[in-house]
Amino acid sequence: MNPEQILFILFGAVSLIGAIAVISFRHPIYSALSLIVTFFAQAGLFILLGAHFVAAVQVIVYAGAIMVLFLFVIMLLNLGTLSAKGAISGKLKGFAVILGILLAIEGVYIAVKAPNDPADASAETAIESVSTTTYNIGELLFNEYLLPFEVTSLILLAALIGVIVLVKRESQEES
Amino acid sequence: MENFPLFLIISSAVKILIIVHMLLIGVMIMIWAERRVSGWMQDRLGPNRVGPQGLLQPVADGLKFMFKEDLIPNHVDKPLYVLAPAMLLVPALVVVAVVPFGSSIELFGETINLQIADINIGILYILAITSLGVYGVVLGAWASNNKYSLLGGLRSSAQMISYELTLGLAIIGVLMLTSSLSLRTIAIEQGAYPWQWNFLIHFPAFLAFTTAMFAETNRLPFDLAEAEQELVAGYHTEYSSMKFAMFFMAEYMNMIVGSAVVVTLFLGGWHFFGLENVGGPVWSGLISFGIFFVKTAIFLFVFIWVRWTLPRFRYDQLMNFGWKFLLPVALTSIVVTGALWITTGSRLVVGIGNVIAAFIVVSIVAGLLVMNKTPEPAIRDDDSQITPSALDAIE
Amino acid sequence: MALEYYLVLSALLFTTGVIGVLIRRNAIIIFMCIELMLNAANLAFVAISRSLGEASGQVFVIFVMAVAAAEVAIGLAIIVSVFKHRQTINVDEVNSLKG
Repeated sequence: MNPEQILFILFGAVSLIGAIAVISFRHPIYSALSLIVTFFAQAGLFILLGAHFVAAVQVIVYAGAIMVLFLFVIMLLNLGTLSAKGAISGKLKGFAVILGILLAIEGVYIAVKAPNDPADASAETAIESVSTTTYNIGELLFNEYLLPFEVTSLILLAALIGVIVLVKRESQEES
Repeated sequence: MENFPLFLIISSAVKILIIVHMLLIGVMIMIWAERRVSGWMQDRLGPNRVGPQGLLQPVADGLKFMFKEDLIPNHVDKPLYVLAPAMLLVPALVVVAVVPFGSSIELFGETINLQIADINIGILYILAITSLGVYGVVLGAWASNNKYSLLGGLRSSAQMISYELTLGLAIIGVLMLTSSLSLRTIAIEQGAYPWQWNFLIHFPAFLAFTTAMFAETNRLPFDLAEAEQELVAGYHTEYSSMKFAMFFMAEYMNMIVGSAVVVTLFLGGWHFFGLENVGGPVWSGLISFGIFFVKTAIFLFVFIWVRWTLPRFRYDQLMNFGWKFLLPVALTSIVVTGALWITTGSRLVVGIGNVIAAFIVVSIVAGLLVMNKTPEPAIRDDDSQITPSALDAIE
Repeated sequence: MALEYYLVLSALLFTTGVIGVLIRRNAIIIFMCIELMLNAANLAFVAISRSLGEASGQVFVIFVMAVAAAEVAIGLAIIVSVFKHRQTINVDEVNSLKG
């Protein structure tokens, strides 16, 4: 076992356990915390894959901003007291888990059977491009993917306006 | 395994050991300095009984914390209550790993960089880890199950999210001119003399960054999260003993690391009039470390100075200041730096352009705020500058 | 590390998210599960990008993150306003189109 494999198993296990914890904790706060753990483990996996920039952005965007918003809403609405009631029945739950396991088997089958000959061969060549990866991403982002990039900014703007409209209407109705 | 990097591992371990201890001792010195300097500024003595000049006061405080009963109130959410101080302290400790605290030392024929890890996304690492500090505050507040704590925690999380934007945007100008994310490269790129340092080229961004740093570390004038007079200490009301001490230490560690980052990014790192090149390969490294240390210490003094100079913002003022002044200034700095750097390629032009643009933006925002001001009887000092008076107008 | 391991992990994470959406009725947790699925996709993107030796996959991940951020902002605003109207965020109880 080389260090990379050990780290992969570690991060992979942590992210899977975290993911399962997200859907099994009763209290939303604990779910949110488990999700943060999962995101962290994924950032670790990204670093293993040489995607340092993406790993940093993962932590900044997901752990630093998105999950704080989740926690904020959970705390603000005091949702902990509501989560106990209204769970779905055990029979349906079992059915859902079986469907999920089927989906997992399909996904694993595709992942293993997919044509992936360049996997090991080019892994060696990819390593040397690791140190310039931020530069590469920037170059791609502002040349080849410039239009998608601009569209993304439109999406963010739309979200901004949407949130303001939602909240504004709220406060107008109340007053 | 052949080619086992034994030397690298040992030198890294030694560096980590030294830096973590310097941080912990630095916290103790800061606690002492804060109280003594506060005393000096308020024309009183401050603690001077324990040891010479009261220097052993932090040790006494620490012992007191350790021997205090480790109280866990009945109404708290126990796992999170215990976890929260650690979640604040750990980011504060690990963020220092990428700060270059000196040039380099040559020992046993190997060059040791005075930095724990020179990773190529250094500044993003700092932003990522500092953004995690908010969890300790929010979870501690929520787990305490106390309305004042929760208010403090919510204030703090909103404040941190708002000011993080400025923190991130203000450094982009620096990154554009350095074209590297590595803190070491940023420090090296700045020359030996103060007029080559980044704070002159990016003066508005420097001010915005520093202000946001004050907000991120929850220092006055942005300490709404723990405002003693309003929230009974806010998120750590329910904490006592070592858990409280951990919150306390994390806050001071954030201050120290924040100062070190500002020094690295804007104040030339370990450079000072070429003094860092004096002496042999060992001495120049140590001198550069000393220069960095002194610069950080001076900046820490500014932290205390500001504490006793500015009053606390009100919550709406805080949000208005962050979103309507700091953020536009940081954004303008990006646009102006980029445009002027591409067209002229002169750092002098970029520096002057940045200041002018920031002045224009602040004037426009202030003008808009004054025009939209709701009529309100108030006594105003008309001699004050445009920014503070506009800030008052926001109310 | 071969590519398959990462893809298998990604598939398992995605499935966990799907199961979460199916068995939980709390809107916030369902939302978190959607984030989980997006992240599983991100992992696959980065892994494939690495195995192909180019950075396009990582650019896609950045787009996904931007969209996820926008989605979270809107989604949480909707959840908050639904909660204000109906005092619940159980998705089975929020079943009428009228506000």
